[in-house]
Amino acid sequence: MPKLKLEDLAAVREKARKAVSLRDGAARVRVTIHMGTCGLAAGSRKILEAALREVEGHDLRDVMVTTSGCAGLCSREPMATVEVVDEAPVKYVDLTEGKVKEIFTEHVLGGKILQQYALAIGSERTY
Amino acid sequence: MAYRMHLMVCAGTGCVSNRSLDFRDALQKEIEKRGLDNEIQVVTTGCNGFCGVGPLMVVQPDGIFYQQLSPKDVPYLVEEHFLKGRPVKKLMYVPPETKAPVPKMMDIPFFSRQMLIALRNRGLIDPENIDEYIARDGYAALAKALTQMTPDEILTEVKISGLRGRGGAGFPTGTKWEAVKVAEGEPKYVICNGDEGDPGAFMDRSIVESDPHSVIEGMLIGARAIGARWGVVYIRNEYPLAVQRINIAIAQAREYGLLGDNILDTGFDFDISVSKGAGAFVCGEATALVAAVEGRLGEPRARPPRLAEKGLWGKPTCLNNVETWANVPPIINRGGKWFAEIGTEKSKGTKVFSLVGKIKSTGLVEVPMGITLREIIYDIGGGIPGGKKLKAVQTGGPSGGCIPTDMIDLPVDFETLTEAGSMMGSGGMVVMDEDTCMVDVARYFLSFTQDESCGKCTPCREGTKLMLDILTKITEGHGTMEDLESLEEVAKIVAETSLCGLGTSAPNPVLTTIRYFRDEYLKHIEAHKCPSHVCRQLNTYKIDPEICVQRGHGCGVCRRECPEKAIFGEKNQPHRIDISLCSKCGTCVDMCHFNAVTVE
Repeated sequence: MPKLKLEDLAAVREKARKAVSLRDGAARVRVTIHMGTCGLAAGSRKILEAALREVEGHDLRDVMVTTSGCAGLCSREPMATVEVVDEAPVKYVDLTEGKVKEIFTEHVLGGKILQQYALAIGSERTY
Repeated sequence: MAYRMHLMVCAGTGCVSNRSLDFRDALQKEIEKRGLDNEIQVVTTGCNGFCGVGPLMVVQPDGIFYQQLSPKDVPYLVEEHFLKGRPVKKLMYVPPETKAPVPKMMDIPFFSRQMLIALRNRGLIDPENIDEYIARDGYAALAKALTQMTPDEILTEVKISGLRGRGGAGFPTGTKWEAVKVAEGEPKYVICNGDEGDPGAFMDRSIVESDPHSVIEGMLIGARAIGARWGVVYIRNEYPLAVQRINIAIAQAREYGLLGDNILDTGFDFDISVSKGAGAFVCGEATALVAAVEGRLGEPRARPPRLAEKGLWGKPTCLNNVETWANVPPIINRGGKWFAEIGTEKSKGTKVFSLVGKIKSTGLVEVPMGITLREIIYDIGGGIPGGKKLKAVQTGGPSGGCIPTDMIDLPVDFETLTEAGSMMGSGGMVVMDEDTCMVDVARYFLSFTQDESCGKCTPCREGTKLMLDILTKITEGHGTMEDLESLEEVAKIVAETSLCGLGTSAPNPVLTTIRYFRDEYLKHIEAHKCPSHVCRQLNTYKIDPEICVQRGHGCGVCRRECPEKAIFGEKNQPHRIDISLCSKCGTCVDMCHFNAVTVE
């Protein structure tokens, strides 16, 4: 390991930050892949992997990919919810790896909701 | 592929001794077995602070907190949470009051009420990976101090911050640095005091274990300010994990050229060696510590001259505690003014306390100065277990004082605690409930300081022995009013005339318990009774004949277990204790399943 100079220290920081930014728990966009039994059976693991590839590919540090259980509409799995901070969550249904790619470029990065893949905007009321 | 989840497994000493490393290995294996190792990273961190519920783990980015984990929980946890995304309720923290599991770490009062500066990286980084420290702005303060600030500007910033020594005495750090800077003599040294010897205190250990680079960076900045070339980390050998991690951290910093010659290509040279302490409490005292580093007998010497003038090898030396050093990088990064806005008028910033004793949430807490003892005990610590009442809080380690319940609304800062007869000390905080006997507490702490007294000066060597003898006499029921008077007198003399901090503070537990709990002393002396039934020699044991027969049917367990054969009785008949044979050991109370043995 060569001795660091000032600019090297900044470079090490940039690189390492990518690896640990997930632990801050803060994100601009949160993508939740629904992975209940129905989701898993419909191939949600491939969807999750596709989403993680997008995060890696675009070097996204403000996007959090997480998983949750069944969203309640088992016939339309695989599903994912995209939540941009301060905006209503959007539920996407019948996902494929290709659709995930589009959702990332258009919605997550571009801020444009893809109506044709979306089920609804908003969430149920919870008590 | 990027990781979607980081599993932060605590590997502080508390969790490791509860086998958290076995849990981690089982977890890693299961994740590989499920093919999740490309998505999920297992990270070994330093102490998380909530030691009472370990082994523990925090799942990021969601911030889900799991507690009391064991390898057998692994398969279910991995399948449910990490594969299917359903957090596992039965492994979450359940507050005793609500009985409802709390999923998120930041919703647990123990964490949400804390303010982390010294412990800023705890549980968030792998302490054995310098890159993770750098990722969270590590060594940015050093870069700033070396390239954008003069040594005088560093000193000014530390002075503005109002930072005071976290080792106990609370001496202003900036003033100390300046004294070393202007002192005649070369080379100058910086020392980190990691000889944390107080029973029940583990702040420094935890900082070194969870974030060793914060201490190294603080020392680098201090060395730059005062013009030192060499530093020593003095750490007790009873902290093997801390010793291991500081050594790893120093090696990594050297590899990156953050220690050694020409640091960051700025022409600044500094390096650190580690000196291991052999476990003498007195070596936490600055002059004794220096003697130990030099290889001499660990005994204090008279001051002046102060270490700033004649320290290590007779040269000007700046000695600060682990926590003090760890506070330096954020002060340089964010400015002294930012730090000075936290806390009270004379005590700035935060303080780390180890919260132990009769408290629901045992662990390590960092809180802003000026917070009340009540907030620490009830809001963060969750109060006293078993529905018992609080009796006193002992702050400042074995030589601190006991603060009674009616004073727990006092703000915690250096001055207030000293006025109350106690002290900040290094930050030990022992909570005592109504079952605690204050005379016995004083006796316990005196037995510690008497044992640890180095014997160099007469007041401490003879005085602690004398105080311990009197206290023992009182707890055994042979005390007189004259004893109480001489106890107070000796305590005052020892406090005034001892050579070092060990002796001057050793009488604190005695003086505060006499001041706030005099009635308990009087009951021991006049009525020969211990109100809390702790001092067993003062107890009288009796068996309630009705309970013994009706509930226990004269089971005879007490009779069989009594080591003095002082209990008599037949099956189905009431048993009785022959007081003349009874040695008051209390075994009968512990053994009776029916609570038939009463203590008076």
